[in-house]
Amino acid sequence: MHQFKYATPGSIEALLSMLAEQRSPVKLLAGGTDLIVQMRTGAVTPALVIDVKQVVELNQLLLSDKGLIIGAAVSCRTVYENNHVARAYPALIDAASLIGGIQIQGRASIGGNLCNASPSADLIPALIVLEALAVIQNSRGSRELPVEDFCTGPGTNALAGDELLVSLKLPPGAKNSGACFRRFTPRNEMDIAVANAAAAVVLSADGKHFTSARIAIGAVGPTPILVQEAAEALQGKPVSGASVGIAADIARQAASPINDMRGTIAQRKQLVQVLVTRALQGAIERAGGAL
Amino acid sequence: MKAGGKREDVLRVIGTTPIRPDGLDKVTGRAIFADDIHLPGMLHGKVLRSPHAHARIKSIDTRQAAALPGVHAVISAADFPEPAKPTSKSADISDLATNCMATTTALYDGHAVAAVAAENIHIAGQALGLIEVDYEVLDAVLDVRSAMADDAPVIHENLKPGFFFASTKKAHPNAGRLEYSDGDISKGFSCASVIVERTFTTQTVHQGYIEAHISTALWDADDRLSVWTSCQGHFDIRDQLAGILNIPMSHINVIPLEVGGAFGGKDSVYLDPLAALLSKKCGRPVKMAMSRNEVLRATGPSSGSSMRVRMGVDDSGKLVAADISFAFEAGAFPGGPVSAGILTATTRYNIPNYRLEGFDVILNKPKIRPYRAPGATQSHFAVETVLDELAEKLGMDPIELRIRNAMKTGDRLVLGYPCPVIGGVELLEAVRSHPHYRAPLDGQNQGRGVAYGFWYGGGGASSAELSVNADGTVQVCTGSCDMSGTRMTLAMQTAEALGIQVSEVQVTTGDTQSIGFTLPAWGSRTTFATGIACITVAEKVIAKMIERAAGIWETDNSNVRFDAGVFTNTNDKLQALTFKQLAAKLDSTGGLLSDQASVSPQGVGFQLAAYLVDVEVDTQTGKVSILRSTIFQDAGKAVHPDYVAGQMQGGVVQGLGWALNEAYIYRADGTLANTSFLDYRMPTALDQPMTETVILETPNPGHPYGVRGVGEVSIVNPPAAVANAIYNAVGIRMDSLPMSPTAVLEKLWEHQAAQL
Amino acid sequence: MSEMVHVKTTINGAAVDFLCEPRQSLLEVLRDVLYLTGTKEGCNDGNCGSCTVTLDGVLVNACCVLGVEVAGKAVTTIEGMAKNGNLHPLQVAFLEETGLQCGICTPGFLVSSRALLERHPAPSEAQIRHWLAGNLCRCTGYDRIILAVQKASKRMLAGT
Repeated sequence: MHQFKYATPGSIEALLSMLAEQRSPVKLLAGGTDLIVQMRTGAVTPALVIDVKQVVELNQLLLSDKGLIIGAAVSCRTVYENNHVARAYPALIDAASLIGGIQIQGRASIGGNLCNASPSADLIPALIVLEALAVIQNSRGSRELPVEDFCTGPGTNALAGDELLVSLKLPPGAKNSGACFRRFTPRNEMDIAVANAAAAVVLSADGKHFTSARIAIGAVGPTPILVQEAAEALQGKPVSGASVGIAADIARQAASPINDMRGTIAQRKQLVQVLVTRALQGAIERAGGAL
Repeated sequence: MKAGGKREDVLRVIGTTPIRPDGLDKVTGRAIFADDIHLPGMLHGKVLRSPHAHARIKSIDTRQAAALPGVHAVISAADFPEPAKPTSKSADISDLATNCMATTTALYDGHAVAAVAAENIHIAGQALGLIEVDYEVLDAVLDVRSAMADDAPVIHENLKPGFFFASTKKAHPNAGRLEYSDGDISKGFSCASVIVERTFTTQTVHQGYIEAHISTALWDADDRLSVWTSCQGHFDIRDQLAGILNIPMSHINVIPLEVGGAFGGKDSVYLDPLAALLSKKCGRPVKMAMSRNEVLRATGPSSGSSMRVRMGVDDSGKLVAADISFAFEAGAFPGGPVSAGILTATTRYNIPNYRLEGFDVILNKPKIRPYRAPGATQSHFAVETVLDELAEKLGMDPIELRIRNAMKTGDRLVLGYPCPVIGGVELLEAVRSHPHYRAPLDGQNQGRGVAYGFWYGGGGASSAELSVNADGTVQVCTGSCDMSGTRMTLAMQTAEALGIQVSEVQVTTGDTQSIGFTLPAWGSRTTFATGIACITVAEKVIAKMIERAAGIWETDNSNVRFDAGVFTNTNDKLQALTFKQLAAKLDSTGGLLSDQASVSPQGVGFQLAAYLVDVEVDTQTGKVSILRSTIFQDAGKAVHPDYVAGQMQGGVVQGLGWALNEAYIYRADGTLANTSFLDYRMPTALDQPMTETVILETPNPGHPYGVRGVGEVSIVNPPAAVANAIYNAVGIRMDSLPMSPTAVLEKLWEHQAAQL
Repeated sequence: MSEMVHVKTTINGAAVDFLCEPRQSLLEVLRDVLYLTGTKEGCNDGNCGSCTVTLDGVLVNACCVLGVEVAGKAVTTIEGMAKNGNLHPLQVAFLEETGLQCGICTPGFLVSSRALLERHPAPSEAQIRHWLAGNLCRCTGYDRIILAVQKASKRMLAGT
């Protein structure tokens, strides 16, 4: 590995001033499961690595009737082992419990998965359909950005050089709502998704119609994609295989995958259709509906 | 020594399941593997590797690297001496040396071109970045068909045809060829009522041992070299080093350590000569370890292949003809396993008319090395799926077809000699009568497949030294590396022969200066051949102890009987001594005893296995899930039944990985794209259910307890069996490996399109 | 020469001090600085679990943690599994059930399995497989590892 300096700021103010003052490349270290591996291959060579695990705001997990706040450095395992969070946001758990194996989940952070901005990141479609907002700060102020706008390309995100992802903010689930994440990998674990999809639905009180929906797909474009059209196609429609099929088809058309060593275009298009269907089925079930 | 001497009912130790002595160190983390060696003053070495699949090396400038603080030595091919003349037919020393470090040309992505030794791996890595290599990139050849095309780039100006099991003859600038044939295939096919012809492709796969290659070299003041290395045959490593470094074999000591998996891939030097040369240059011990990226790019995977099989059967179900042509990758140097591939293709069946043709093909990939029954998994994938298709077209049960044609004891083999004692028909009947064969499949898109497999196995040179201690315990030193628990199976055979408890026998592996020459732990030969060495030396020691007892009792040797650990005077039954009691008297009757045996037994017997698998195919995603898995294998005599079961299960899961997801994926420029365990997909614990093991025992008369080799054949069946199961599940015939979701989906689409 | 950081930590219950560069992973520190070589390297990129240790009770791959990150924390490795020369029931079970062949993956599996049984004392086969999916074994096919975990689980529940 190249040589670098290592800092552990104890407060968000200290962290933000480090980011504001930086002259040479900086990388933030939360779980390290992406960063350390990337440094070892030489893909990234920051002169300074800032460990954010002592900064309270990045390490809290707060569930209230206002929703969920996940500090950017909170690990997947911390999230899925919290029974209350797991009950309230099962789609998040679908994704968090699939990344790598248990050793990776013990370190890999939700925020890190988002900032790494891999097109196939498992948490991002789930965060998108759960209407998560990225809470961003720098030494001059803060802003919030919907997660669907956070990734700007493969491996690039919307953060400016001095900006910090502090946390993800998720609204509370509406009545009669449910969400689900599904992905496809050749092995049953330890793989990166060939394609993935998340769906969130709000149903009518009798569970027979879609009030609204959100559908996001991943690994089939330069960034995860919120497929507005597929969601609009469900609005007001009956909860049925036919409606789901139409939405899945629209999602398939919205996908623009490539051929690479993990999959082909044709396969990924097929998988989008299948995974959106399965994610919707899971979401409907969690919302108390039935196909 | 009597072959097949002991009868089953008097075996006390063989067939039991004692706990292995080295196990304690392995469950506590104390066991010393190659990377656990730390020597005073030790430096760390790293290798600079070609980023091109095929490139002329115009120049290498190492001056900046050598000047980096913390760097103590830099080497390239120029630092290699002229190699010694080869001493064995199968190891071309100059090819080996060139594989360790490229001379004029880099022949594959990852081919070593230079190496450094530095204070730590980080400085070594930085130093590599300072080495300037001027490459002229050449066209790369990446598959067997293009390698044998008329206009293919020629990789070696003067290709020496390769040898592995058998010799090949040069047939193309990039390929050697061999053939076995008998009878008249056109006459045979004319008698066939059903003929199936199929072509198959398989990809390069790696043995996937979890421990990489690590080697530490140290020279002492009088130019003697010590090497600690992860390998499966330290004598071969020593001889290869002696050849490459052109120094006497007696000047080298290779010290065996615990080995973290090998499966055939650790039979050759890679880092060892580099560590030795770096150490020589800087005068300090040098440890070198490969990263996983380097292991995948630059060691010895198993051949990808292109295969054509044409077989015919008459209406009574007899195979009448087989015409087979296999082109197997040899990698950058000749000597891949195509000969073993064609020799295992059909030899478990009696086919009167056959032509088996094999091509050993050079291309710009790492030099192919053995992987558990080398060549056989590829050949079985082709032949066992064709057999299934023949059975289906005949309307015959697939096992019945195999039983009707199965080779039996005494039948003439492709290699010309009669088949030694085997129980192939019994094995197939065990499959047919097993509940798994009849269990209902109750879901959609589920299917069952079977395959029947064969592997040779090896005997050969093995040495063992045995010493009796005054307290009646015994030390045995052998030359066999223990990767899987063979020190226990050797202790058990020794204990059986001496009539003592297995806990009283301590088995160790000696370094190359301490014990006689022993072939590597490959060919499933250790329990068989080194076992015979242990039994032989035990019998020699017993003979000497008989003399001592005779002396004590003042009678003739012929009046002393040894049975089940007790020496008795046949003239006076009251005069009896246990092994332990006599051991206590050795010192006062002429001194403690020890002896040595170097043997080279043949007659390892053949390995036979059958595999039954149920799969479910998700037709929406192409994913194949394994529902149920049963392997049947003939162990001859299972010395330690749990170890035998472990070999069977381990081979099955490797075979499932090969079947479903493992493959080298190359970019168009010939560089390897999947250089980590993320994308070189080996099975995890979650990817398959338990594999039930059924051990049959047709004793091998070539071994006193009937032992056959068991370590290899378990891998050969899963790809074919899974392919057959997929066909039975969803009606598609897979003709390439891996049967990944991508491949299955494409076949399903083809199939659906054809139905329209 | 990079700045060395002085790290104070706890390893297997004992206070430990070491010096390391920030770029040295915990795996490298354990093996090459502290000579605790029981934790093994298999891939160095988080894909095989051979280097599994626990960090403040959480299972992690030591290759994906920096040595400097363990300051003030508690690390447990395979070396801490046996207590006062008494093997942990899992270690005994791995021996009895032949849950190992070459042994290179064994420390990682033992550390992972111990954490499993602490969390789920009576895991089903499916739970065991899921939990251990992050540990690769190439020799055993996993069957006998799972049998060993099941055996240890039964014994620990019975208090034996």
